[in-house]
Amino acid sequence: MTGRTRNFYLIPYAAWMLLFVAAPIALIVYYSLFDIEGKFSFTNYQKFLSPIYLKMTLYSFWYALLITLFSLLVAYPTAYALTRTKHKQLWLLLIVLPSWINLLLKTYAFLGLFGTYGLTNAILETLGLGTHQILFTDFSFIFVSVYIFIPFMILPIFNALEDMNSSLLDASRDLGASAWITFRRVIFPLTLGGVKAGCQAVFIPALSLFMITRLIAGNRVITLGTAIEQHFLVTQDWGMGSAIAVVLIIVMALVMIATGERKRGVKDA
Amino acid sequence: MRSRNGTPANAYLFVVFLILYAPILYLLFYSFNSGGTMHGFEGFTFEWYQEVFQDTRLFVIVLNTVVIALLSAAISTLFGVMGALAINRIRRRRNRNALLTVNNVLIVSPDVIIGASFLILFTMAGIKLGFISVLLSHIAFSIPIVVLMVLPRLREMSPTLIDAARDLGASGWYVLSRVVLPFIRPGIFAGFFMALTYSMDDFAVTFFVTGNGYSTLSVEIYARARHGISLSINALSTLIFLFTLALVVGYYLMNRRGNRRPGWGAPLP
Amino acid sequence: MKPLVRLFTVVFAAAFVLMYLVARLNSAQGLSDGHTLTIYNWGDYIDPELITEFENESGLKVIYQTFDSNEAMMTKIAQGGTTFDVAVPSEYAIAKMTQDNLLLPLDHSQLPNLNNIDPRYLNLDFDPDNRYSVPYFWGTVGIVYNSKLLGGRELTSWNDLWDPSLRNQILMVDGAREVIGLGLNSLGYSLNDTNETHLQEARHKLEDLMPNVKAIVGDEIKMLLANEEAAVGVVWSGDASEIMGENDNLDYVIPSEGSNLWFDNMVIPKTAQNVEGAHKFINFMLDPDHAARNAEYVGYATPNMKALELLPEEISGDERFYPAPELTNKLEIYRNLGKRMLAHYNELFLEVKMHRK
Repeated sequence: MTGRTRNFYLIPYAAWMLLFVAAPIALIVYYSLFDIEGKFSFTNYQKFLSPIYLKMTLYSFWYALLITLFSLLVAYPTAYALTRTKHKQLWLLLIVLPSWINLLLKTYAFLGLFGTYGLTNAILETLGLGTHQILFTDFSFIFVSVYIFIPFMILPIFNALEDMNSSLLDASRDLGASAWITFRRVIFPLTLGGVKAGCQAVFIPALSLFMITRLIAGNRVITLGTAIEQHFLVTQDWGMGSAIAVVLIIVMALVMIATGERKRGVKDA
Repeated sequence: MRSRNGTPANAYLFVVFLILYAPILYLLFYSFNSGGTMHGFEGFTFEWYQEVFQDTRLFVIVLNTVVIALLSAAISTLFGVMGALAINRIRRRRNRNALLTVNNVLIVSPDVIIGASFLILFTMAGIKLGFISVLLSHIAFSIPIVVLMVLPRLREMSPTLIDAARDLGASGWYVLSRVVLPFIRPGIFAGFFMALTYSMDDFAVTFFVTGNGYSTLSVEIYARARHGISLSINALSTLIFLFTLALVVGYYLMNRRGNRRPGWGAPLP
Repeated sequence: MKPLVRLFTVVFAAAFVLMYLVARLNSAQGLSDGHTLTIYNWGDYIDPELITEFENESGLKVIYQTFDSNEAMMTKIAQGGTTFDVAVPSEYAIAKMTQDNLLLPLDHSQLPNLNNIDPRYLNLDFDPDNRYSVPYFWGTVGIVYNSKLLGGRELTSWNDLWDPSLRNQILMVDGAREVIGLGLNSLGYSLNDTNETHLQEARHKLEDLMPNVKAIVGDEIKMLLANEEAAVGVVWSGDASEIMGENDNLDYVIPSEGSNLWFDNMVIPKTAQNVEGAHKFINFMLDPDHAARNAEYVGYATPNMKALELLPEEISGDERFYPAPELTNKLEIYRNLGKRMLAHYNELFLEVKMHRK
């Protein structure tokens, strides 16, 4: 299309970007350069390099990685099974629907479900497995995080599977490939784009999770998101909070670059 | 849920759906508890539902939430589609990736930071806090997710299709409305629903930018947490859940009768 | 193209119909005219009937807006953009807001009911002569314990928490001042201590407590304790009284080493538009009958001595929530330690939290 129409599309989007992305980033970078008493300095970044914050960064990455991994392990078969159902679009909608119920309420429900006298333990008890502490463990934290993020993983994988040409599968089968080989050699490589997109959509927000670190993990897991929230709302040390945010944004950019499209022309979706 | 793939896949899907809806069923169950708390079911009552219907303030808040969600999702979808079209035009991969990274900043930034920086932005611009500021913020943080949903479909579209249309003498607008938009429709639907989800679930950003008596449901629920959330909130959530469920299923059936796939899924980049 | 157009038409039409409905509902409530009073308070922290009564009495329409933390509330007020006529911050927030020039001085001549307040709760350090604030509710920080789960054992002091038998049994509120404060108190120091050696001592002592701590949580602590998820909780007295009503096995104690005394006071923020109405409202809430009904609804301790006389004996005579003067003397109010010290407290708390068992 002509250059004239190109400008037309770019204007509203660029205006949005300038106002609501560039301006906030500028503000954050600006704030990060002032210490708690409002003096210009790099102390916030120095503080970030102290063992306690580095340890926190390490934990954040580790948990985000685990959450992404488990989301993928649950989501892939789900998406695959969904594509084989009759009313697949409806089922897909029903996967997203629970996200519309307030997160705090759902988390409270999880507190009840996972509690010492909750439903899960009652089931374990009747199965003769005994009562266990589920709340405030790594397990419950990862479980609930995966619960929150799973639609964002299922969606792109589902679409990638849908777009796959089914004749390829038939060809593979006709050539005598086993189901496993077909999956490993044909299906998975063809849906890699969707997998990658899902991992991005989960890993990046998982780095800055907060609230459920307190509600479900009882503050035994502290992520960068928790620290930012604390600095903005409790300590009122906006400088330090902003410095962590700047680091997060840089990390996000790196993740995007690392997983972004490589070659032109290849359908990298 | 009949499947070509037999029972194991269906059993797996059943478990996934069971887990996804478990917390919601839990909330639903206790909304009938005369005991007043989310543990120890004492007796069946409609008391909490009566309370919901008598509370005009709560009703106004629910309506506010829905209005904001619908308007912000629709407007951000318009902007997001334009953004995706604009990004798609960029020929150089490096520039495109750079723009995409900037696009994702709002997705990765913790809500508290977005909220605080938007608050500063609005007060600097002299925008009165309330409906307008909340709407603008929701539009702002929903645009990038729409772009993410639409762009992959655009990338898949072969340029020859457009060239062919143009060779046949089609105008720019004609190509857009008859060729491009129908092709990326699933992406647009996905973006719209994701924006809806983001808007319904947001607490932190709304909290910062709201004012003058304007409130949404999640802000109200969080503020009530200090005193323990009353079961009337459970009752309300149950009603909202059943309403959206009916809406989604109804919409699906309506579209099916019109013999149109409501196809709304789209791969992420 | 057609499905898209249809979707957008339906969405916009629905949104505008709903907006019209909201406008109708609001005008039916009289919210659109100029005679309004905006109250900024914690969620569910007032008897709604009192608001209706006040509206009838004063002819003003009340807009009730809620916040979930002092800090978030202060950010909102500091930024302006919205008009709050009355707010209810906690005492340390009042000190900070006074410092930052965010409050209007009160006109005591418009508050004759101020005489009903117990003089012990007036003229405190955070607001000398009550120039800016009037007490709304007050309370302490203490220990809630489940005597059934503890086999009838009673806890009386902070140092009891370190007992090895309480392993994985304690829930704590997610507050740096509260947790570091209990560490300092248990060592016999003031909870306003700023001495670095004392603070490090407290940190090490708290790290030793971590094996006993099951979780550090927020408001959900009430639900968890009522559900007997853990036997012991470090909580605010208001929360304690609430859950003791739900679970008979629970008891509350103000630790013998001393603890924190907190206040939530009514103030008029600088952004107020209806200053006269704000005074009317504050005076209305100070009325003994209104204060008593509010205390019964909310369940926190009222500073209003005339209201206390109106409350049933089982509430007003409960020494756990209305402690005798001898114990009150051991309680300390949080002093504003300054930004840098507060940041340091938070850093110490962070280290305690990150301490792996």
